[in-house]
Amino acid sequence: MSLIVSAIGQGLLWAVLGVGLFLTFRILDFADMTVEGTFPLGAATCVAAISNGMSPIVATLLAFIVGSLAGLITGLLYTKGHIPILLAGILVMTACYSVNLRIMGRANVSLLGKATLFKNAFLENLPQYFDSVVLGIVVMVVVTSLVIYFLQTQLGQGFIATGDNQTMARSLGINTDNMKIMGLMVSNGLIAFGGALVAQNNGYADVNMGIGIIVIALASIIIGEVAFGDLTLNQRLVAVTLGSILYRFVLLIVLKLGFNANDLNLLSAIVLALCMMLPVFKRAFNFKHILKRGLDTND
Amino acid sequence: MTEPLLELKNVVLKVNRNTPEEVTILNHLNLTVNAGDFITVLGSNGAGKSTLFNAIGGDLTIDSGQILLHGKDITHDSVEKRTRFLSRVFQDPKLGTAPRMTVAENLLLAERRGQRRGLAPRRLAREMDHYAQLTATMHNGLDQRLSTATGNLSGGQRQALSFLMATLKRPEVLLLDEHTAALDPQTSHDLMQLTNQRVQQERLTCLMITHHLEDALTYGNRLIVLHRGQVTFDVAGAEKQALTTEKLYSFFAEIE
Repeated sequence: MSLIVSAIGQGLLWAVLGVGLFLTFRILDFADMTVEGTFPLGAATCVAAISNGMSPIVATLLAFIVGSLAGLITGLLYTKGHIPILLAGILVMTACYSVNLRIMGRANVSLLGKATLFKNAFLENLPQYFDSVVLGIVVMVVVTSLVIYFLQTQLGQGFIATGDNQTMARSLGINTDNMKIMGLMVSNGLIAFGGALVAQNNGYADVNMGIGIIVIALASIIIGEVAFGDLTLNQRLVAVTLGSILYRFVLLIVLKLGFNANDLNLLSAIVLALCMMLPVFKRAFNFKHILKRGLDTND
Repeated sequence: MTEPLLELKNVVLKVNRNTPEEVTILNHLNLTVNAGDFITVLGSNGAGKSTLFNAIGGDLTIDSGQILLHGKDITHDSVEKRTRFLSRVFQDPKLGTAPRMTVAENLLLAERRGQRRGLAPRRLAREMDHYAQLTATMHNGLDQRLSTATGNLSGGQRQALSFLMATLKRPEVLLLDEHTAALDPQTSHDLMQLTNQRVQQERLTCLMITHHLEDALTYGNRLIVLHRGQVTFDVAGAEKQALTTEKLYSFFAEIE
């Protein structure tokens, strides 16, 4: 039971990464590697700020701001510097590694004995693991609502149009460069915010905690889409959170099968690859089906 | 009626600048578009027709010369800024609409062409009746598909929608780049009729590139021919009325 509650809690806390990546991967329609750097950047910023006596809430919001600055740099390299987005993301991700070491001063900083978002009377009185469930629900309701509201504004519609058809967007007077920069900023801000939440939940920040983050965030998006099928844009955003929880269950099952935590990145990659290849499998399956039917009615 | 609206003065535009492959596409081109002109633009491939549109739209920066709107220099204005007065329909139906957004959402986007887009709610619901009436004038079933993603529409419906979007917020200059070329003959004819009707009704100033000599003769009050980056033929009014396909063919034979 507690394993299930823990999986739901982790799924909720990590879901904010999926929503952040959704803005670039699904709406702007490109893969932004910056997130591998901004996740530990958010964690490092938050942990360093708390260690220096800042309140956990301010430290977590600071992580968002610092993350969005990293997104701004990727955006400028991409739109003004004409560096391909994949490379622009990798450049900033690589740079973030050094920045994170600078911020923390060493590779791993513990929050032992320090205040965090999880250390308050209300959350501490809940049964074990329910703290991340409650905090995760609050965060996801707020974040998802804000993103949904934003996408339905005039600006948000221009943002969607930019990812959908850049030529058209420009011909309607939408500044597509600004839209991409804005998307990268909000997306990386959310990822760093997620890094801050996870660091506080784990009780430490580690400079290597960003490895494989893009796969985890993509997994929530893709699993959500595969599990719930045809949805509207707003429903898809909610499905990201559910996808993130389902992904934690997949990991739970895998661990129960006897794999250990060191195998998780390999297994995550396999799960994601399988989910992304599902349309191909389906087509192959349908093809056989059609062939069979065609032979049956061949009279 | 004869006040100059858009002027191109001595416009030179080269591609592959400062390389051995440098080509001059627009070669000291001069063109004055008067308010209310409906100009059909003819010219062989490579004559510079699409480049002319891209220079007016700001997608390509010109090497020398001037572009004026109401006598005001807009040569260095960005694409986004020019959309305040300019709208375009492209040849490829895929270019004019956002495929994952619905017909109504596309129309709503077009309604704010060239305007600031803020954090106010988009208010789609209150526009639906208006959009239903508007799309019904297209007579192609578009009004039944307001909530359909445009990616699922036929090419003809998409292009009709693109045209509607381009004229929804009245443009001072409308550029049509072979907007019926990708459609089947009947659909192409229908859209051409609609285009003409709307341009007349709204008294739009419009430039239309076409490869159909008949269309170029039937529609518009003025006809120009581009050749090697210059306007080599420019007729209007009664003179254009008197023009025939034979005369045009013999003119083309002369310049080649």
